[in-house]
Amino acid sequence: MALLEILTYPDPRLKQVSEPVEAVDDALRAFVADLEETMRAGPGGVGIAAPQVGRFVRVAIVDVPPRKKSSSHGRLVLINPEITSWDGMAIGREGCMSVPDYTGNVIRAERIGLTALDEHEVSREYEMHGFEARAVQHELDHLDGFLFLDRLVSRRNDLFRRKVYQAPAE
Amino acid sequence: MQWSMVTVVGNDRPGIVARVSACLFEHGGHLGEASMIRLGGNFTIMLMVGHDGDHEAVEAMLAPVCEELELRLHVDPIEGHLHDHPVPNVRITVFGADRAGIVAQVTARLAETGLNILDLESDVGGSERAPIYVMHIEGTVSESIERVRAVLADLDREGIDIRVEPIETLIG
Repeated sequence: MALLEILTYPDPRLKQVSEPVEAVDDALRAFVADLEETMRAGPGGVGIAAPQVGRFVRVAIVDVPPRKKSSSHGRLVLINPEITSWDGMAIGREGCMSVPDYTGNVIRAERIGLTALDEHEVSREYEMHGFEARAVQHELDHLDGFLFLDRLVSRRNDLFRRKVYQAPAE
Repeated sequence: MQWSMVTVVGNDRPGIVARVSACLFEHGGHLGEASMIRLGGNFTIMLMVGHDGDHEAVEAMLAPVCEELELRLHVDPIEGHLHDHPVPNVRITVFGADRAGIVAQVTARLAETGLNILDLESDVGGSERAPIYVMHIEGTVSESIERVRAVLADLDREGIDIRVEPIETLIG
């Protein structure tokens, strides 16, 4: 196992679209182990995607611990993942190992359906919501060359202020 | 390079940011972090400026532009610490009919919990007859969210609506 070097913005490779995995073999599993070690070495990281370490294949790992208000699946290796459904939207704060010392607000779907191969090439389906759904959307964005910076919304006023309506007649 | 904090206040009009920032750029100033916003018809700038000269040099370079645009200018020497952002872990939203003391009451209780405010913005909305006050605070606190809610609970009963939510920052 080895720690892999994390690409950081503005490295142009982070904008590259990753290719589907052709074969889930021992070489890929060895890479997944290194990728996971790299994720766990960072403080507080709940996910990582292969292109963050310069491998442009559609592989991501998420591991969101279950929490009080929100169930989760724990450790997931996602190979060739596809989001099959979206529902609702929520604003939340995100940061990224590829964007040091900056966090910002991003709107994501509240609930998603997901299909992916696991590390044994078994096709799996997941329904997820909340923080785990957010983590998956963040990581899958990396596979398409997007960072959370591409989706930032203003910290001020979003989802709160509405247009000013005409005051009622005196 | 020395850092200065530039404060600019004046009647809002198009072009203030463009003129101020162009002036700094032309004189070799570097812009750090900034907060610029319109408050009650005034445009306000708080801007970190790095320059080889000291804060008086920065003030001298900006004075002509500010005079021309009828802006008040104030420059202080500061220590500039970039790349050191604390991440907020709590958001407090307060709103209600505007009355004296809302901010003092809410923030006094928050200070009891040791909450450090990183960002506070507030607006007066509604109408002249029935103004409403809306405030968002983001900060860091080591006490639990329940404790923060508890110290604010009596204000909530006095007709101020208060929402306290954890901010969980996803690092991916």
